[in-house]
Amino acid sequence: MKISFPYMGTSHIVAGYLLENLGHEVIHPPVPSKKTLSLGVQHAPEFACLPFKIVLGTYLEVVEMGAEVLITSGGCGPCRAGYYGEMHKRILHDLGYPVEMIVIEPPLVEPFDFFKKLHRLVKPKGYINLVRVLRVAWAKMQALDDLEKTLHKLRPLVFAKKQLNRIYDEGLEAIRRADSVKEVAVARKDALEAMHSLPADHHYKPLRIGLIGEIYVVLEPFANFDIERILGEMGAYVHRSIFLTNWIRDNVLAHGEKDIRAAAVPFLNEMVGGHGQNSVGEVVRYAAKNFDGVIQLAPFTCIPEIVAKSIMPAASKARGIPVMTLYLDEQTGQGGIETRLEAFLDLLRQKRRKQEAS
Amino acid sequence: MRGYLGIDVGSVSTNLVVIDDDCNVLIDVYLRTRGQPIQVVQEGMRQVEEAIKGKNIEICGVGTTGSARILTGVIVGADTVKNEITAHAVAASHMVPDVQTVLEIGGQDSKIILLRDGIVVDFAMNTVCAAGTGSFLDHQAARLNIPIEQFGELALESKSPVRIAGRCSVFAESDMVHKQQMGHPVQDIIAGLCDALVRNYLNNVGKGKEILPPVVFQGGVAANVGIRAAFERALGLEVFVPEYFHVMGAIGAALLAKSAIRGKGRTQFRGFAVSDMEYKATSFECNGCPNLCEIVNISVNGEVLARWGGRCGKWETLQKTG
Repeated sequence: MKISFPYMGTSHIVAGYLLENLGHEVIHPPVPSKKTLSLGVQHAPEFACLPFKIVLGTYLEVVEMGAEVLITSGGCGPCRAGYYGEMHKRILHDLGYPVEMIVIEPPLVEPFDFFKKLHRLVKPKGYINLVRVLRVAWAKMQALDDLEKTLHKLRPLVFAKKQLNRIYDEGLEAIRRADSVKEVAVARKDALEAMHSLPADHHYKPLRIGLIGEIYVVLEPFANFDIERILGEMGAYVHRSIFLTNWIRDNVLAHGEKDIRAAAVPFLNEMVGGHGQNSVGEVVRYAAKNFDGVIQLAPFTCIPEIVAKSIMPAASKARGIPVMTLYLDEQTGQGGIETRLEAFLDLLRQKRRKQEAS
Repeated sequence: MRGYLGIDVGSVSTNLVVIDDDCNVLIDVYLRTRGQPIQVVQEGMRQVEEAIKGKNIEICGVGTTGSARILTGVIVGADTVKNEITAHAVAASHMVPDVQTVLEIGGQDSKIILLRDGIVVDFAMNTVCAAGTGSFLDHQAARLNIPIEQFGELALESKSPVRIAGRCSVFAESDMVHKQQMGHPVQDIIAGLCDALVRNYLNNVGKGKEILPPVVFQGGVAANVGIRAAFERALGLEVFVPEYFHVMGAIGAALLAKSAIRGKGRTQFRGFAVSDMEYKATSFECNGCPNLCEIVNISVNGEVLARWGGRCGKWETLQKTG
């Protein structure tokens, strides 16, 4: 069976490695493009959110490439993404693609279902192989996150920003090719050293911005105009609230994120689905860490982020940290986003100048 | 006399102003962009040149703003290229020093800017909804065959505005048509539309924002007394429309140019001759990677002046802008 999966940030490197080494034929999803978006928009319900549409577009691309089985994550909150696997499957079936959809639910919520599905995927090469593959996959995931964190840290400081991007891309490719924990470690070290060797202004104190919101639009640059790069090139340091490793640790291996949800109290005491409560909690946390500002990314019509957004003014005012919300949808004109980001940085710069003066 | 030129090229209008060292507005030009930003900037430059002739004004700094700010900056040789949110805030706090809230409605954009103690503390700009902007009002005025200049006054004549759905411009229009076919007088429909736009604005960009006086209303739509009255009704506050409400973005750009020059000394202004040069914009889709970026080429008299639109930067190396 030919397997494929949604494309989100750098996760495809790990997912592709994992499935291939469990003994499956993998159809690697292409990087989301305008074509992906157009396909998704054409076949999705109009008011579904942007992640739904991009992922549907990716599915339509991979089934054309021969994928027979699609693997995706489920969900169990009030966010409608929990139904997306089922919705996608029915749309694909209606369009004449008889794909099978394997929706992995969080193991701690649906343990029996989880192991049943896991068993099917692991069967071809057995459990001893699984242990080895998981170790490498985890190492890759950590290395990818380390590279990305370094990229964010260095972007505002390094003079040759394009070169930094290129070294980062080459690092991703080296990590993708690595086939053992040792090889991953070498690839990671080489890339980090190359990044750190670029001339940079280490005295420069960039504006520090926290990036929060719904996971797909936060992690996938195609969905967010590559906002981390735009901000980094404008000279700001971006700290992203979600990374693959911490997300897996908190949602797959343990019931995590409790502390961040606790931080949302008293502004939002209820779980509202998706990353709604996290978004509010992150604002509180970024304020405590003296960040200059926070940018919330929300897919248009995303209920959890709408709830979070309406609570932002209270949290922002109480903790004295500016928050800007950007709704993301089909638009691909970058000008509008740049205008808002530029103005937001102006605002933060003025605020900092005023604080320093007083 | 030293003068500073500010140019605001928006979706609907293009405005140019010249201010002096004391920030007085010497010249203001208001033109329609008509989808031709390069030509309209050249026309504007011709008019400014005409207006300052014999007045002994030397242009010592140039600033651009608006959605075509980068393009315009390249054409005229700008000393500062600034987003319109900052430009509007700078102009408002210059005109009304203690301003706390700026309502700005232009052709395609509507924004709210909150200032406290002279600095911007929060802002919002419409992202996915264009109902309630100048273009829509223009369209409705044309449909009803009423000059846009009289639109607001007609609204003030209404004794009982009808309710219009303001959420989406397409649905707002069908709601208006339904009410008009029922026999409601046009004044009541227009007044209803003004209320609907204000309601949508306050609920969309103004959501959760603390609107404190003094409130300044600027942008092309501020000419509409009906919208202004609707704002005053909805907010329960006096709404102040500054004298140069329609060119505030350009004034902001000029003020920013003035302070930029203080920092760097010499202007990069290419002179009024730019209005006679032949600028050409062409575009193509780059096939280098799946991003399929739309690259724009700007050339003058056949020579490439600037290029942008790519994500990776391989086309932009020619000249760094923005």
